[in-house]
Amino acid sequence: MSQTIESKKEYTSKELSTDQEVRWCPGCGDYSILKQVQTIVPEFGIPRENLVFISGIGCSSRFPYYMETYGMHSIHGRATTFATGLKSSRPELSVWIVSGDGDSMSIGGNHFIHLLRRNLDVNLLLFNNQIYGLTKGQYSPTSETGKVTKSTPMGSIDHPFNPSALALGADATFVARSMDRDPKHMQELLRRSYHHKGASFLEIYQNCNVFNDGAFFIYTDKETKKAEALFVENNKPLVFGANDEKGILLDGFKPVVVNLTEGKYTADDLWIHDERDRVKAGILSRFFDDPKMENHFPRPFGVFYVSDRSCYEDELNKQISKAIELKGKGNLNALIRGKEVWEIAG
Amino acid sequence: MSNSTKQLEKVVIKFAGDSGDGMQLTGTQFTQTAALFGNDISTFPDFPAEIRAPQGTLAGVSGFQLHFGSVNIYSPGDACDVLVAMNAAALKANLRSLSETGIIIANVSGFDAKNLRLAGYADGDNPIENGSLSKYQLITMDVTKMTRNALNESGLGTKEIDRAKNMFVLGFLYWMYQRPLENTVRFIEEKFTKKPDIRDANLKVLKAGYYYGDTTETFTTRFQVNPATMKPGVYRNIMGNQATAMGLIAAGELSGLSIYYGTYPITPASDILHELSKHKNFGVKTYQAEDEIAAICASIGASFGGSFGVTASSGPGIALKGEAMGLAVMLELPLLVINVQRGGPSTGLPTKTEQSDLMQAYYGRNGEAPMPIVSASSPSDCFESVIEACRLAIEFMTPVIFLSDGYIANGAEPWKFPDASSLNPIRFSFAKEYNGENTYLPYKRNEKLARPWAIPGTPGLEHRIGGLEKQDETGNVSYDPENHEKMVNLREAKIEGIAKHIPKQKVDTGNEKGKLLVLTWGSSYGITKSAVLKARAEGLDVSHTHLRYLKPFPENLGEILYSFEKVLMPEMNRGQLVRIIRDKYMVPAIAYNKVQGMPFSVSEVLEKIKEQF
Repeated sequence: MSQTIESKKEYTSKELSTDQEVRWCPGCGDYSILKQVQTIVPEFGIPRENLVFISGIGCSSRFPYYMETYGMHSIHGRATTFATGLKSSRPELSVWIVSGDGDSMSIGGNHFIHLLRRNLDVNLLLFNNQIYGLTKGQYSPTSETGKVTKSTPMGSIDHPFNPSALALGADATFVARSMDRDPKHMQELLRRSYHHKGASFLEIYQNCNVFNDGAFFIYTDKETKKAEALFVENNKPLVFGANDEKGILLDGFKPVVVNLTEGKYTADDLWIHDERDRVKAGILSRFFDDPKMENHFPRPFGVFYVSDRSCYEDELNKQISKAIELKGKGNLNALIRGKEVWEIAG
Repeated sequence: MSNSTKQLEKVVIKFAGDSGDGMQLTGTQFTQTAALFGNDISTFPDFPAEIRAPQGTLAGVSGFQLHFGSVNIYSPGDACDVLVAMNAAALKANLRSLSETGIIIANVSGFDAKNLRLAGYADGDNPIENGSLSKYQLITMDVTKMTRNALNESGLGTKEIDRAKNMFVLGFLYWMYQRPLENTVRFIEEKFTKKPDIRDANLKVLKAGYYYGDTTETFTTRFQVNPATMKPGVYRNIMGNQATAMGLIAAGELSGLSIYYGTYPITPASDILHELSKHKNFGVKTYQAEDEIAAICASIGASFGGSFGVTASSGPGIALKGEAMGLAVMLELPLLVINVQRGGPSTGLPTKTEQSDLMQAYYGRNGEAPMPIVSASSPSDCFESVIEACRLAIEFMTPVIFLSDGYIANGAEPWKFPDASSLNPIRFSFAKEYNGENTYLPYKRNEKLARPWAIPGTPGLEHRIGGLEKQDETGNVSYDPENHEKMVNLREAKIEGIAKHIPKQKVDTGNEKGKLLVLTWGSSYGITKSAVLKARAEGLDVSHTHLRYLKPFPENLGEILYSFEKVLMPEMNRGQLVRIIRDKYMVPAIAYNKVQGMPFSVSEVLEKIKEQF
């Protein structure tokens, strides 16, 4: 047996890969997410042993097996709950939750909202492919209405969840969206997620090339990306369009798409993105139109909302310190004895 | 006026009233006073599931049964010697449990036309006036009126005044059984420090009740129940859930692990959470999760991180935790799952007791998912048995089930508590080094077949665990058929191997062999012991053995079973342990079942024992 192994703060992306063969379908968007995570994490300078990836069930949830860190492939929908127990008992660890739309929005919907309201300092990556991949192609809670799948041959009659609006409704302190086919953007948002103190919710549009191929091509393909995807940046106006010719302004609380080439409006008239504006974030998250609809709004990507709120694990530990301060460290004999005793003489 | 005093060995009192009448508090106070006096005691609270069930109705009756004596007491008693009935419904609901010569103390204003109607008595048919209770000794007093009179100058409203009437009854009973008021006086003073007017009102009424006994001529006999001859030592009064909570804290101290208690409120397990959350200064982390599933999963997450995860619930919640328990079996992490059983199925009888979740504990998971099961036999036994359950979980890297029940959880008894230094440490160590060729093998087992516990933060031992079948030693995902069977067998062998590390089974009462063995588990202990002692006193060749370890069984259990001609098994279910015993030991054990949400009475068990001869 060898000596205790030394901790290493510096390591390469490659050293974050395990010896396990990656088993996603060739061409799956998950490969890109894995790559971006492995690329970006070494720059944080966290020793590998302090990283923990926890997943639920689904294609995305194979993720921890490929990360040379601590990891748990748990049960369907509950990754958030294991992460809660781990983070609240070991606040110094960097805890990452990897989940899918079925896992987080359907079976784990309850835990998802409670994690966000408690605001544990964890990173939640939602791989949204709008389909059940592992069970071979049923519609998911984020599938669009009318979706024809194996379980909905006549089209889905479910109204889909809007994950960022749901997260805001649960008082999340960090809400963002990225896509599998824009590595740079995803890396930046992973970085932002990591640096946010609190529960960071990052939704990643991810292509399932087997059961839902092209679900997000309109936002990710070169031809349509600029017109359909709105990349928001803090303190910058909301501009989009093939030639950045369109903008969004707020008429009261009503967003309006305007043309910047007609001389009527300039960038100065536009809605300036403010990550800390809860009301605007709410409006932004509602840019969720079916892109087939006429006059639809572009789909936003970037960090929608950030706020600071105390983290559950810190409050938990504060109470423990306070209890020790008030009562002194627990004394087992005193506890067992209690207040009232009587003696039977021998 | 002089009163005669009668010596009694033991007394059973039932306090019964509306669920808002404060009967639980009255019972608890009398219990504490009796305990401090040195009596042996056993109690059984019996209350409705509704917090405020319709006033005056049978459904709203809340009762507290207390058995105390100068002799050893093993059960809350069968027939009551005294029934305190705060209203007509309380009388009607409890009359059948009153002994033939019992005393009834009836609150007259609880027997007015409205109360009689609500309790279902015919118009003008007042039981305390129509002579129907003539075989009992009936003491009537207008508790409500006297409480109001005592407090007419207190400045309090009628509602607040009426709330103090339980103190009148308590004071009267203290007089009747010659008990000092000090303990309750101290309790009232502490409870109402911030409400001096309420404090004074309660004190005044308590004393008024006492003096009422002293001065009225309606009642001339007082009773004396001397202190019990118990083993020398220092005692305290303890309730089951309280003892469970303390046991968990002790297990944390004995192992050096911090306790992470993830739970969701459910009757009758919530008091463990309440108790633990008072003791954060022990470093205990309590987590009230969004649901039962989140509660167990958070606890597993904490165990993964190197805490000791504990979750608790009752039957319906345990059902929800099934999948996560299976994961814990697969992950081979220490975890304690507490089931404070109640009447089932479904929501069943939340405030009543039952032992009907044993099969659930044994088999209530998908796949071959063995978990050790430890049970408690009495309120104070929760302390030691829950520590044992924790020890098995930590030393064998496994989830363990601890079975308590509503009767144990809310029942109380004197406890000759141990000194912390006498408790055995729980030994374990976190893995820090490679255990393979320049690598860490998370599923390489030790001599107990337990795997190593390497926690996040340990450099070099990074590994992944999960619910998919594991390859032996490496813990990598494996779909290999032979490996799966090997792992199933290894997990079972690990649990069965625990039998070598637990105490041998002993005969609790009676001879090592003979005609009849009564075999019990859980809260049937005290009642059965009383019945067996009585039967033996009548000359019957009967013995009693009681199981704490339900899976695996102690190694020598078979030998004991085979030493008797017959085995009788009383259980508060349709016959669960009896099936497992028959299956494993091939003995024609006789099932004796009761599923009424109530414990057996001593006489029921005694009767059944006699039938075997």
